[in-house]
Amino acid sequence: MTTLAPAVSAIAPEGNTRPIAVRCRQVTKNYGSGNSTVRALRGVDLDVFEGEMLMMVGPSGCGKTTLISVVAGVLDRDAGECSVFGKDFSALSGSERTRFRGQTIGFVFQSFNLIPTLTIAENVSVPLLLNGVGRSAALKKAKDMLAVVGLGDRVNEAPNRLSGGQQQRVAISRALVHDPKLIVCDEPTSALDHETGGRVMELLRSVAMSGNRSLIVVTHDNRIFNFADRIAHMDDGIVDKVVGSAKDLYGPNMAAK
Amino acid sequence: MFLIALKMLFNDKAKFFGIVMGVTLASLVITQQGSIFTGIMTRTFGTITDMSYPDIWVMDRKVQFIDDIKPLADTALFEVRGIEGVASAVPLYKGMIRARMDNGTFQNCNLYGLDDASLIGGPGVMVEGRLEDLRRAESVIVDLEGATSRLAKPGPTPDASRVPLKVGDTLELNDHRAVVVGISKGSRTFQSQPNIYTTYSRAVTFAPRERKLLSFIFVKAKPGEDIYELCERITKRTGLAAYTGDQFKMLTVNYFLKYTGIPINFGIAVSLGFLVGTLITGFMFYSFTIDNLKYLGTLKAMGVGDGKLMAMIMLQALTVGFIGFGLGVGIASFFGTSMKETQLAFRLTWQLVFAAGGAVVIICMLAAMLSVRKVIALEPAIVFKG
Ligand SMILES: Nc1ncnc2c1ncn2[C@@H]1O[C@H](COP(=O)(O)OP(=O)(O)O)[C@@H](O)[C@H]1O
Ligand SMILES: [Mg+2]
Repeated sequence: MTTLAPAVSAIAPEGNTRPIAVRCRQVTKNYGSGNSTVRALRGVDLDVFEGEMLMMVGPSGCGKTTLISVVAGVLDRDAGECSVFGKDFSALSGSERTRFRGQTIGFVFQSFNLIPTLTIAENVSVPLLLNGVGRSAALKKAKDMLAVVGLGDRVNEAPNRLSGGQQQRVAISRALVHDPKLIVCDEPTSALDHETGGRVMELLRSVAMSGNRSLIVVTHDNRIFNFADRIAHMDDGIVDKVVGSAKDLYGPNMAAK
Repeated sequence: MFLIALKMLFNDKAKFFGIVMGVTLASLVITQQGSIFTGIMTRTFGTITDMSYPDIWVMDRKVQFIDDIKPLADTALFEVRGIEGVASAVPLYKGMIRARMDNGTFQNCNLYGLDDASLIGGPGVMVEGRLEDLRRAESVIVDLEGATSRLAKPGPTPDASRVPLKVGDTLELNDHRAVVVGISKGSRTFQSQPNIYTTYSRAVTFAPRERKLLSFIFVKAKPGEDIYELCERITKRTGLAAYTGDQFKMLTVNYFLKYTGIPINFGIAVSLGFLVGTLITGFMFYSFTIDNLKYLGTLKAMGVGDGKLMAMIMLQALTVGFIGFGLGVGIASFFGTSMKETQLAFRLTWQLVFAAGGAVVIICMLAAMLSVRKVIALEPAIVFKG
């Protein structure tokens, strides 16, 4: 199928014993209909293991955001199979899906998406409130989480008082505070400069990668590739190769950068 | 999460004040226009309001509103007096008369002739003189509005302001001399002609010669009498129409609604105010939600269900709706109170407040629902794009 022999298969090999967090088989997704149909996903096969950080790379428009939206249950797929920790979103009712997403998945967005009219502690407390934690307990836990990412002294400030890197740290706290088993990050560093982006990735690796939590990080920022356990490369709606490191993807010159 | 919803609303001060002002403006326009409309409609029956004395108004069956005079035979009065349950029945003459002004021009006036003995049906409030002064020869009472405007006399020099008619002045009513013995004040009516009051017998002599002159009969019921039954009895026995004051007001209002263009013109203004107001409100709230779409979408992605998301937005809508509406109605009634002494017809009724409030709240919710559709059909692009 591809001339470049992938170092690691997109799907777990026969006889694999590593627990699988996300499993996709022949996932398709079209936008629109008729002549204007966009075939965003054209049969994605992918496994994400528990406890790994999988980076998703590929040219703009190849379907990365669409894929993680399907994986996170934000978007319905058209066909194929997709399950997260053994649960298939399309088999769940609307409210079950909402609850499952609220418990299991944490989100980190490119533009942080912190609610500007809430303090950063309030922002971080939202997933806890959604999971039934009382207001004061949620705020307390949110502040503890913010202390972990080094923002313990700014808990009552509005998000826009913080720098981009600090805001993304708040967003990471929000994604982690309710201890979800899967974190999806869409371009978490592309709104940040190189150094700040690097620090955010370090934080993600050190704080988020605990237990057997899995991270899917969509990025086209090749400077952060070396944080990944595996890198899935997408092109034109499919995952065409999964490699162990950036070197395997672009050759030694690129990775050396 | 509801606290979060309110914080999202209140903490964005600029937008919050913007929406509240939009809603306030809308409520103001709706209630103010509506009040003026109601005020105008109230004026159509101002005369009935002022004549609070009678329990029942008796008149020709063909009468459609207060100024629609279809005179009755004098014998009708005696017939009505003979009906059981009637404590008293007095006549009222109501007609038009021409007053000759000092400068030789004529002014049409409303002439009221009150029962000589009781003077029932007289003006609401006396500003000068007493109602009883009507018992003096040639006496009339003129309303303040007429005395200071249409019946005012030209000033001593051409550019001097006009001199109001005052007690002691004389008028020429249909070639009869009349002396002003009092100035009165009553509810505004739909008509701009001056009101002149005198006794029934004198009114009949002032009035143009006609076969029948009795306009209305005022009936006071005996204590404990059922007014509606008495109305029926009067109609059955005399063949005349008998209405309570409220019924006669409704009859009058309905006539104006049905047959004159005034309510239609006002109706258009009111509807326009309503439309503009609701559009402003709807638009403001819609754009507020659209501005927040990314955050609402983020909340949804993080696990806020659609129902809760709708409830949060509804709460925001109701909150701005009520605050803005309260301010709007407050300003409208302040406006109404401060305009009380002017020409303006303004009547803010609780029905109007309810209608306007309901409309504002409904429109906020509609706008909310319209905008929430986008959140419900969450496009990943909304939350994931930069
Ligand atoms: N809501 C949408 N409607 C129509 N086309 C869309 C929509 N969202 C994404 N697309 C298209 O689907 C393709 C994949 O988009 P996306 O998943 O955002 O790519 P990536 O994240 O890799 O840049 C692109 O061609 C994009 O234009
Ligand atoms: Mg994308």
